Amino acid sequence: MAEKTKQSESAPEKAAPVLHVAPSPHLSSTDLTTRRMMIDVLIALAPVVAMALYVFQMYAVKQLLVCVVSCLAAEALFTRMRGGDLTLTDYSVSVTGVILALSLPGTAPWYVGVIASFAAVGIGKTLFGGLGMNIFNPAMVGRAFVMIAFATALGASGYHDPAGTVDAVTQATPMDVFKQSGVVAPLWDLFFGFTNGSLGETSALACIIGGIYLCFRRTASWEIPVGVVGAVVVLAGIGNLLNPGSQWTVLHHLAGGSLLFGAFFIATDPVSSPLTPKGKLIFGAGIGALIMLLRVYSGYPEGVMFAVLLMNSVTPLINRWTIPRPLGAVAG
Amino acid sequence: MALFFKGSADGGTFPRGVHPPEWKTYSEDAAIEVVPPPQKVMLPLLQNVGAPSKPIVKPKAMVAFGEKVADGGAFVSAPLHAPIAGKVLKTGVITLANGRHVSAIPIKGDGEQLSGRALYDEILGGEWPKDGFEKYDIQEIVDAIQGAGIVGLGGAAFPTHVKYVPNEKKPIHTVLINGCECEPYLTSDYRLMLEAPEAIVSGALVAGRATGAKEIVIGIEDNKPKAVETLRKAAAGTSIQVAVLKTKYPQGSEKQLILALTGKEVPVGGLPLDVGIAVSNVGTATAMARAVLRGKPLTHRVVTVTGGGIKNPKNLLVPIGISLGELIDFCGGLTGDAARMISGGPMMGFSFTDLNSPVTKGTSGVTILTSAEVKKAEETTCVRCGRCVDVCPMNLVPTKLALASRHKDIELAKRYNIMACFECGSCAYICPASIPLVQLVRTGKAVVIADGKK
Repeated sequence: MAEKTKQSESAPEKAAPVLHVAPSPHLSSTDLTTRRMMIDVLIALAPVVAMALYVFQMYAVKQLLVCVVSCLAAEALFTRMRGGDLTLTDYSVSVTGVILALSLPGTAPWYVGVIASFAAVGIGKTLFGGLGMNIFNPAMVGRAFVMIAFATALGASGYHDPAGTVDAVTQATPMDVFKQSGVVAPLWDLFFGFTNGSLGETSALACIIGGIYLCFRRTASWEIPVGVVGAVVVLAGIGNLLNPGSQWTVLHHLAGGSLLFGAFFIATDPVSSPLTPKGKLIFGAGIGALIMLLRVYSGYPEGVMFAVLLMNSVTPLINRWTIPRPLGAVAG
Repeated sequence: MALFFKGSADGGTFPRGVHPPEWKTYSEDAAIEVVPPPQKVMLPLLQNVGAPSKPIVKPKAMVAFGEKVADGGAFVSAPLHAPIAGKVLKTGVITLANGRHVSAIPIKGDGEQLSGRALYDEILGGEWPKDGFEKYDIQEIVDAIQGAGIVGLGGAAFPTHVKYVPNEKKPIHTVLINGCECEPYLTSDYRLMLEAPEAIVSGALVAGRATGAKEIVIGIEDNKPKAVETLRKAAAGTSIQVAVLKTKYPQGSEKQLILALTGKEVPVGGLPLDVGIAVSNVGTATAMARAVLRGKPLTHRVVTVTGGGIKNPKNLLVPIGISLGELIDFCGGLTGDAARMISGGPMMGFSFTDLNSPVTKGTSGVTILTSAEVKKAEETTCVRCGRCVDVCPMNLVPTKLALASRHKDIELAKRYNIMACFECGSCAYICPASIPLVQLVRTGKAVVIADGKK
């Protein structure tokens, strides 16, 4: 035998190949990595970010910078404290930072963004063991933290910034206006996003474009947004039927607030959502139902954040309920 | 009762699965070549699923080509026959490609050997009838298959007679002949379909006669149009249908093939005969035809030697028991960048290190991959993206099985049906985090089995 098996790790001579053993399968798909999935999310967020920059200008720039830099810094700090490997290069923290920034209003002061970021990465992620281990969506944990701690900076009341130069920023959010005075924003403004609100939530169009890209790439599972939107359509439809006089129609429910941003970008976080297609549908529908419940009955004008966090906590249960039936197994 | 064959309308398939690169191009156009008779063969006593074979020859005995050297050790077992004429040596222990150490009967070549074209004709050539199978008694057919030592040549090596033995409780209504060859790289079944379609058709009819099945279907993936055409021509005038299936891995898996063609689910832990179906590979069909029509045992098989790491990829007709190293040498040896030697295909094959490991009845190929081909990203944490769930042909949740295995959590492993996994590797192939899911499932299964024996 001319060529002999070589298992040493010394540098191979040109003619003698170095052979090694490994368990099957010996091929692996290379077009898909965790990192690539995170980059996909960033690409999908591009239209939303562009719209935020267009409408809110410097407010958006500031909030995005504050959140992304703080999230990266928090990740570096906390992983060092845990003695783990730095995972900055997998882009997952950048995704958290961008989504967090987009879920905050541009007018929120810089320290709100910083505190939200540290809460997101620290409490939301590192505490549970880092990437892949967290129960709750980190960005939503950070946002919930500052929402309660700094209610006035991003709470239910509108954002009245006297120094504001952008029209939208000086208005209350459409959801607020409706909740407080029953005035309904024009649907087209909600659809294109020329209204006030958190940075990423205003433009339904941008969310749909990015969201469809994500689902097309299978980075986000289509079952989740379909579940969310489906539940909202059904419940809001029933609401409209019971109360035909309301100006806030199903379409307003869909295009207003952070529903589509939440459905496509927040609820679809794979780590904190169920594993099976059926589980994902249940998870999405649950979020949609909770959003409607919070919108209609709670003191808050919007309920996406709490709905996602609540359903995150049910994810392990949903996984248990939806163990698929293996091929050839008896049902039950 | 006529079954509805989704496959015959083209593009039938099973849910989920993956699309690995096919790479059949290395060897698909290489006609089957006959390897010169080796100096020596090693016949492992365990080449099949079930009990090992029992030697019936003593060392120094002279055996003729095709002479029986070992009996089946039980009902689920198979006899062995000498693939060359020669002298039996002292029984030794050999390492199979899958890492098992088993006893083997060495035979040293002695005297005149059949070789080249004559050997090819002996195994695959000649006339293969398309009718007149009624004259064979059913028990006679099963005995011939059992006596010839035939096992599933697609890789699983399940003794074939067990599938065809008359069973009044579970009658067979459909025979499926598997020509999918869904493993990337391998082309041995493809070449056989092109070069010996009449033998396959005869074998299929033998199986049909043995079972009294109403339907006989040959399933082929749609990336082999020439094979479909050739077999349709060869099967013309018989009751055999040729069904075209979508090219998708693991289409050639028995359970997936049955699901795609008949819509029936083989019970977990069960056999195809539980749903009235018998499945045999195209190679097995030729062996059955040869055993029943000519009374000849299984001594040779077609093996593909392929991959970026072999100098001249080929399809070879080889004696069972020849060493894998000799096949590699016959194909020009390894290239400089060869990185892994695999017995079988790249999705389910075993990487081996011992060049003396013999070809067994289940060896469908030798795949040599280069370092570029086996390149894998570094393992990262599971982000529960669910891709493994999306591709699992058995509808399992591989990431949970891996988790259960890592934590030796037997209860969790059972809850997620770990034993239903047949280790096709679709999950590990697709995993964005490069988690060795199949390896973990194997470990997990071992833990569950060990626990069950307590």
